Amino acid sequence: MTQKTIQPHTSLDRRRFLSGGAKMAAVGAVSGGLTAVGFRPAGAAGIPEELPDHSRYLGPGVTDQPYGTPSQYEAHVIRRNVEWLTGSTESSINFTPLQDLHGIITPNGVFFERHHSGRADIDPAQHQLMIHGLVERPISLSVPDLLRFRPVDRIFFTECAANGGMEWRGAQLNGVQFTRGMLGCAQWTGIPLRTLFDYVGLKPKAKWVLAEGADAAALTRSIPMDKALDDCMVAFGQNGEMLRPGQGYPMRLVVPGWEGNMWVKWLRRLEVGDEPWYTRWETSKYTDLLPNGKAYKFTWVQEANSVITSPSPEKPMNGAGPHVIRGLAWSGNGRIKRVDVSMDGGKNWITAPLEEPILPKALTRFYLPFRWDGKSSLMLQSRAMDETGYVQPTIVDLRNARGTNSIYHNNSIMTWLVNPTGEVENVQVA
Amino acid sequence: MSKSLKILTLGLLATGGAAFAADPNLPKPGEIGSAVTPQEIARWDIDVRPDGLGLPPGQGTAEEGEQVWMDNCAACHGEFGEGVDRWPVLMGGVDSLSSDSPVKTPGSYWPYATTIYDYVYRAMPFGNAQSLTPDEVYALTAYILNMDEVVPSDFVVNAETLPKVEMPNRDGFIDDPRPDVKVASQEPCMKDCVKEVKITGHARKIDVTPEEGGGVE
Repeated sequence: MTQKTIQPHTSLDRRRFLSGGAKMAAVGAVSGGLTAVGFRPAGAAGIPEELPDHSRYLGPGVTDQPYGTPSQYEAHVIRRNVEWLTGSTESSINFTPLQDLHGIITPNGVFFERHHSGRADIDPAQHQLMIHGLVERPISLSVPDLLRFRPVDRIFFTECAANGGMEWRGAQLNGVQFTRGMLGCAQWTGIPLRTLFDYVGLKPKAKWVLAEGADAAALTRSIPMDKALDDCMVAFGQNGEMLRPGQGYPMRLVVPGWEGNMWVKWLRRLEVGDEPWYTRWETSKYTDLLPNGKAYKFTWVQEANSVITSPSPEKPMNGAGPHVIRGLAWSGNGRIKRVDVSMDGGKNWITAPLEEPILPKALTRFYLPFRWDGKSSLMLQSRAMDETGYVQPTIVDLRNARGTNSIYHNNSIMTWLVNPTGEVENVQVA
Repeated sequence: MSKSLKILTLGLLATGGAAFAADPNLPKPGEIGSAVTPQEIARWDIDVRPDGLGLPPGQGTAEEGEQVWMDNCAACHGEFGEGVDRWPVLMGGVDSLSSDSPVKTPGSYWPYATTIYDYVYRAMPFGNAQSLTPDEVYALTAYILNMDEVVPSDFVVNAETLPKVEMPNRDGFIDDPRPDVKVASQEPCMKDCVKEVKITGHARKIDVTPEEGGGVE
């Protein structure tokens, strides 16, 4: 596979924007009648006089790329990281470029990664999944063994509990990618935990499951048995191919709707027990500290959330006229029921049409056509509601409930300020 | 196979999981995978629970742990657990949890001492996991607990004493009460919801967004 060169962070759109095309269009008068001049990016000069090379000469043949890669002109669509977040890249996270993606499925090559001791690269022939503890028949399963059970295909989002965590005290990072990009949605193929536990036989006191990774962090999380039997699975497939190493190849846990930390990658062990383990990842981390010094524990579910992916800091406005607000909504408690959009910072709202499919615990798309006069400031917000009736809160609501030191589970409404120039920035409002 | 039986089998397959018990094509106990022996389980069964389940034989004190700490831990966590660069601070922080800058250490935050043993063995030293002996891990656990003023320097940490160590923040946690955000009404407001919208912060003015590079291969 050819390595993509790393482009500077300035996206194609931003370069176009700064090159003046957008500004010119933005300040240009909108003429009345039928001859309104639409936006044309700088350098795109309509139908060319010369026939381009690709219309005349042969392109590469079918042996050129046994495993394909995106167009060279999409080289800006990459995961990015925030260097100052952690002590090293091996114990860190990168972010999905949500602003450049379409539909609800996150391509495997840009699916965000979070590792605690670097990315384990495992030979599947060397991998075993051990199931033991309060079970009738403790066993180990190889990859071929796992493939003998009947799999299911399910579309679920996975989101880090720290998504938006840098925004608790104020607007800090300027972009969709850095404020909501610890998120991806895929079709997972795997074996339900219910199938595996039926197969080994659960003992009467089986109330909790410990899932453990085979990487150098041997990450462990306790999962209540009710959830395990409800919809958890041991996945080996992601979006039609085997999991990639960064997503836990050859097998990982899928815990639909719950924080990504529980989706243990490189899964090597499931121990069934009668009590939770209180591992480092469910005590020192992934607990939510309140102003009074107490902390929530076992805050598993990712509550309803949404974000406008365009216009956004990475996707500035390009002139007056018709536009489409594009966005994503998701809830760990089920289906998205409704998404409302505001253009004035939350004073007034309109309900945005949702795009099918609307699946439980998966990303849902909304698209809302609108017009911009090319000179007004806008404050764009999206507010999701899920089928339980839960409504996405404002950051003020969240701070009132939990203060500013809880790190995790910031699912607040985001605000994108559209300036008269067409530039867009992340702000907070009260 | 008779025709009617074939149809029956296909019918069961079509209903998927509902026919789990009835479908003769699904795996029966023992058909898939390998039985594991207690010895094999012990190789991987490294977890330790608050009640002490999983703690191996062995022991250590803070005094014994000092050299192990200097050799394996101080480079990142500091000689006194004060933390180097962005690596975790392991000492102090008591009474800081309700302040503006809480410091979460085993002494100030962790509910159970057993978690120290479990985590140090499974993931530390960073880049050389599961390499320490039980005695070394017990000694390091004692060293950390002593830095955090939970136990004296001659306190012997072993499978019997560790679960009994009372961590200062044992009762600092409450079960998830969410949804915890108070809302004015069940029906979200759609019109004239706020009088005046005030911008309280701009990400651009904070200026910590990665600008150049930031790409990940």
